[in-house]
Amino acid sequence: MVALTVNGQSHQVDVDPDTPLLYVLRDELKLNAAKYGCGLGQCGACTVMIDGEAVFSCVTPIVVLEGRNITTVEGLGTIEAPGPMQQAFIEEQAAQCGYCIPGMMMRAQVLLQRDPAASDEEIRAHMEPNLCRCGTHMRIVAAIKRAGKLMQTASVDTAKRTG
Amino acid sequence: MERMTIPDLSRRSVLFGTGALVMAFTMRPALAQTTQAPGDETQNFQAVEQPAPDLPGSLKTNPNLESWIRIEASGHATIFTGKAELGQGIKTALLQIAAEELKIPFEGLSLIGPDTVLSPNEGYTAGSHSIQDSGTAIRHAAAQARDILIGEAARRLSLPVEQLRAEKGTVLGPAGQKLGYGELVSDHLIEGRAQPVSKLTPAGDFVEMGTPRHRIDIPGKVTGGAAYIQDMRPDGMLHGRIVRPPSPAARLQSVDLSGVETMPGVVKVVRDGSFLGVLAEKEWQAIKAMRALSAAAQWSEQASLPEINDLPKALMAIPAEDGVVVDKQVPVAVTRTQEATFTRPYQIHGSIGPSCGLAHLVDGLTTVWTHTQGVYPDQKAIAQMLGVPIEQVRCIHVEGSGCYGHNGADDAAADAALLAQAMPGRPVKVQWMREQEHAWEPFSPGMVTKVRAGLDDKGNILDWNYELWSNSHNSRPGTAGALLPAQHMAKAFPPDVPKLQITPEGNGDRNSNPLYAFPSRHVIWHFLTEAPIRVSALRGLGAYMNVFSIENFMDDLAVQAKADPVEYRLRHLQDQRAKDVVSRAAEMFGWKAGQAAPEGHGYGFAFARYKNLAAYCAVALEVKVEPETGRVRLIRASSAVDAGEVVNPNGVANQVQGGIIQAASWTLYEGLTFDRTRITSVDWSTYPIMRFDALPEAIDVDIIPRHGTPFLGAGECSQGPGGAAVANAITHAIGRRVYDLPLTRERVRDAAQKRV
Amino acid sequence: MRLIRFLGGALCLVVILGIGFVAFAWRSAIDPVEPPATASFDPALVERGASLAAIGNCSVCHTKEGGEIMAGGLPLPTPFGTIYATNITPDPETGIGRWSEEAFGRAMREGVDQEGRHLYPAFPYDHFTKVTDDDNRALYAYLMTRKAVRAETPANELPFPINVRMVLAGWKMLFFTPGVYEPDAAQTAEWNRGAYLAEGLGHCGGCHTPRNLLGAEKKSEHYAGGEAEGWTAYALNAASPAPVPWTAESLNQYLTTGYEAQHGVARGPMAPVTANMRLAAPDDAKAIATYIASVMGQPSTEKKSLGEKSVQQSSELEKGVQVQSAGAQTLPAAVDMKDPGAAIYAAACSTCHEAGRPVPYGGLPLRLSTAIHGPTPTNPINVILYGLPAPEGERGPIMPGFAGALTDQQIAQLLAYMRKTFSDKPEWKDIEPLVADIRAGHKDTDLRSLSSDGGNAPANPTKRETSW
Repeated sequence: MVALTVNGQSHQVDVDPDTPLLYVLRDELKLNAAKYGCGLGQCGACTVMIDGEAVFSCVTPIVVLEGRNITTVEGLGTIEAPGPMQQAFIEEQAAQCGYCIPGMMMRAQVLLQRDPAASDEEIRAHMEPNLCRCGTHMRIVAAIKRAGKLMQTASVDTAKRTG
Repeated sequence: MERMTIPDLSRRSVLFGTGALVMAFTMRPALAQTTQAPGDETQNFQAVEQPAPDLPGSLKTNPNLESWIRIEASGHATIFTGKAELGQGIKTALLQIAAEELKIPFEGLSLIGPDTVLSPNEGYTAGSHSIQDSGTAIRHAAAQARDILIGEAARRLSLPVEQLRAEKGTVLGPAGQKLGYGELVSDHLIEGRAQPVSKLTPAGDFVEMGTPRHRIDIPGKVTGGAAYIQDMRPDGMLHGRIVRPPSPAARLQSVDLSGVETMPGVVKVVRDGSFLGVLAEKEWQAIKAMRALSAAAQWSEQASLPEINDLPKALMAIPAEDGVVVDKQVPVAVTRTQEATFTRPYQIHGSIGPSCGLAHLVDGLTTVWTHTQGVYPDQKAIAQMLGVPIEQVRCIHVEGSGCYGHNGADDAAADAALLAQAMPGRPVKVQWMREQEHAWEPFSPGMVTKVRAGLDDKGNILDWNYELWSNSHNSRPGTAGALLPAQHMAKAFPPDVPKLQITPEGNGDRNSNPLYAFPSRHVIWHFLTEAPIRVSALRGLGAYMNVFSIENFMDDLAVQAKADPVEYRLRHLQDQRAKDVVSRAAEMFGWKAGQAAPEGHGYGFAFARYKNLAAYCAVALEVKVEPETGRVRLIRASSAVDAGEVVNPNGVANQVQGGIIQAASWTLYEGLTFDRTRITSVDWSTYPIMRFDALPEAIDVDIIPRHGTPFLGAGECSQGPGGAAVANAITHAIGRRVYDLPLTRERVRDAAQKRV
Repeated sequence: MRLIRFLGGALCLVVILGIGFVAFAWRSAIDPVEPPATASFDPALVERGASLAAIGNCSVCHTKEGGEIMAGGLPLPTPFGTIYATNITPDPETGIGRWSEEAFGRAMREGVDQEGRHLYPAFPYDHFTKVTDDDNRALYAYLMTRKAVRAETPANELPFPINVRMVLAGWKMLFFTPGVYEPDAAQTAEWNRGAYLAEGLGHCGGCHTPRNLLGAEKKSEHYAGGEAEGWTAYALNAASPAPVPWTAESLNQYLTTGYEAQHGVARGPMAPVTANMRLAAPDDAKAIATYIASVMGQPSTEKKSLGEKSVQQSSELEKGVQVQSAGAQTLPAAVDMKDPGAAIYAAACSTCHEAGRPVPYGGLPLRLSTAIHGPTPTNPINVILYGLPAPEGERGPIMPGFAGALTDQQIAQLLAYMRKTFSDKPEWKDIEPLVADIRAGHKDTDLRSLSSDGGNAPANPTKRETSW
């Protein structure tokens, strides 16, 4: 059994210690947001946040995650009460097929938690590891900028939730 | 599995009441109102029967239009479509159309997507046809349903229909009478008849169509909802993985299954000829078992692939059957000719999420959930592969990652169906690995094009001679032989042999006939009859390469004629709508004839009307080139689009913008690599695509309003112009053209340094 | 080079030299010229200059992130302050547009600019002095035919007295011997060509030779290993830590493609060196390989057989991962899961590094890794933290970084396990604080990615233009 903290909740999961976090999130905890894209750390579809850093969950075995705080898109808000990042992606309609989007949001979340006023150039450089095939990039950048603005005006509540 | 609880609606009836109104009637005359008569979309209809080949669009396959609309006693309406959501936002747009004509609030509608039990058979979701085909059908069905409801209200209120109108799901009378749609369908049988002409809402009265609307699928996708087939986890589900051969012609010699069968969680190892798969309780267990199985397998391999170092030569050496696309040669007084040859390597779809299929065999019925673009063709092919009657396979569309054409979706569905036979009663999900998606999806064919123009003394084009060498861009099912696992089974199904067909919409020859008004022209497709590499449809089929070639060459000719490229195009165009998008894009960009770009910068322009039948699109684009390294930086792009009547402008803009970025990636970076035996582009490090830092500063899209005109498919319209504009801008920057795709850093550097 | 090590004892210099050296140190200006027209240069000369500039790696220091090529502005952090690379485009105001060929030649030979000011040896004229007039002419032709970019070089941020350039004359007196390369008659022409390029334009010693307190290369420890931009530059002499001894052939392959099957891929500041090398004349790269291999010398029988053993052990991994079949990875290695480092290695590293997929796209078996055999864990820490980022639009190895996934302690445990398991070298001390130091950015680690196809530098995501 391995103990994990995901979106503020503790879980005990019964899987091999070499299991990549991605499969624990998706299959054990039934969380949909983190996606399988390459399993090689090349595309970013599986990106989650661990202790404030962006991590490829597909190449991160759970054996290293004891005591760490893992955040997924499910931890940013709900469909009823979307968080600023989610709200911004909806408002900008920043998706085509949308498959890469949760990974994009988590990587962006890491940047905006450090600097919600990140510039266009900083956003692009930061988002470099994540791939989109539909060509939604321009809207993704716009959504991240919007999310930054929303975060700057967001309530303390939201800040806590996305912590 | 919400949709499985919906009662069977496949009965063909005109209209029936007592609790629900189901639209199902022939509307042949009505549809003629708004559907212009495009040719066949070859991908859409070749695989399904055409009981009414004389009719336009989806009517070919569904002349009786069963079950497009159902109105419940609650007043809620359900719309049925055979077109799949692929990330193009079709669900939302179709509901907008239905809401507009039914006069029901958007929120009061829901949509049932492709399902061989529930939805009409609309063939494939391909060729930018969804709005043209399904949208048109739904629009008419909705308009007629609304009028039938008004008629029923008129009967009840004893008022002439002219005094009634529908609004927000209610029929309103002149004295404030109100009858909700639910009320109207709930009591007793309604008798109504479809009219030969639908009373369509005039564009000036639109409240829903033409208005940007947020897509219904995005909130779920950004909050962790179960949005994709990959997110399906029915109870008792097993995880399946396939071990593919190491190369296209490889066959399995031997494999020791014993070590794998005893691995933790492994439920079953399946071998059928060269098809090798494993089923396990947990996903990571399935992956580990797959890797162990891969290491245990012995294959015989064969060098079957062409020589990549001279791919154009290899392609042109393949036996070809010639298809004449257009032959309108007239005597012209040519003073000079100019010619050029363009080449393109094989390219991949590269979906970010590798293909996935889910199948469940219960009581002889195999239900397959799939992100295919065509549930009906897959049903037929999978049934054939399994050797069962077609009724014993049901295919249901569930969204996957964007596919951009025929990717691994159909094969993954077949993989799942085949593995599910080994474990009746348990749902089986097969997820392809990244390397499998890269190496085994059907690629977009390599192409060579050769163009020769006869010019007058002012450099105007009098005669146009164009040849293209390409395989068919369509190997969709088809028969079971189109499915990868069926090709690998012991009782192997041979791949379908594609046939040369020259159709108005085109295939490899799509957009090979320029829209420009040249007096004399001859276009021929050297249809390569053997495919050394498995190929099929990628967004735009041949249109990308043909538009690339035509539009690059138009720039070359403009330079020779000492003309401005925009002016040169306009002087060869007669179609006013074409001229309008060209002028608008130039205006947005700030294009000025003869204007010099800053040192190292270049401006490029390109135009096409997709398939010469669908949306018009022009792109102006600025790049910067560093000659020392050949690095190309996209600076900005402006694009004008005419998509006829536009349902969701936000969706069209999203598609056009995305198309330009995707085409820029194809143009600058992409080419499949292989040795004589194996595909070597197997991941993102060996097949790079565009990343964030390479984006331009802005891509502006302007949609020219054309209210009251037919829908023109827009989903693929910017691929050709987008790619060609990048190339023309590079050429403008460095003063030399690169004729071979992709325009890599090395090629651009060599051209910039005049080493070519 | 970017980390300026020559300033260590700069204060002492003042004492040693004093004002009296002014006369010695004085250099006059060379008259400015009208910028020569591009057409005035022979294209063949320009092309030869391009090849030489690639070997000199000029564009890498003289181009800032997001800046125009050769237009300078790249900050070169030093312990005392920051020096900015100058604009060497032919812009007459802010570049070298008004430099005559003579002025350019003097800068290369003597480290003095057109106005007569001494240059900081961040510009490696201790090597460039060996370049012939002929080659300087070609380099000049190449640079003067670049796009002129108006870009003011920011003022250096150096305290007194290091900001007094006259001080540099003293440094030169102590450590700088001007003069063109002298061929060794006992060696072949190829060897001499290689030596000329490696010691001169290529300035290999700038990173691979250790420096003294005053930042000058220690002549007695030629190629004994140094450091660069937060990376350890391994010894290129007999002390080379590569587990499989280098040969002229393997070095040539590595230099011109950025990878070699039994040594892995170039990364960090070496990545652009190898990428640039592809632009150089093929014979020149081969000559450099020949020369460096001779500096390394024949490996001892013991070293050789150890190398062969490592290759043998690693080749057993090639038993069958066929990436098209079932992915590029293999089963996690069977290890003692009680050793936390081993557990991390098995789960996070072995699935690629033991998969048998060849470099550059597959992970190198760590038994073959110089980094695991090197004197410091700096390089493997950099790679584990930051990975190999994707090159822009070109084929190239990508390795994910584990900075967010692994803690300092976990990385230290992992490296201790790798060192113990895959090398015959003594354990590294104090890995964990070094990880923390690097993670905190104290080492100013330069991250570059490698393009294995493009063959052009810099294929570097950190150097892309993101401003318009």
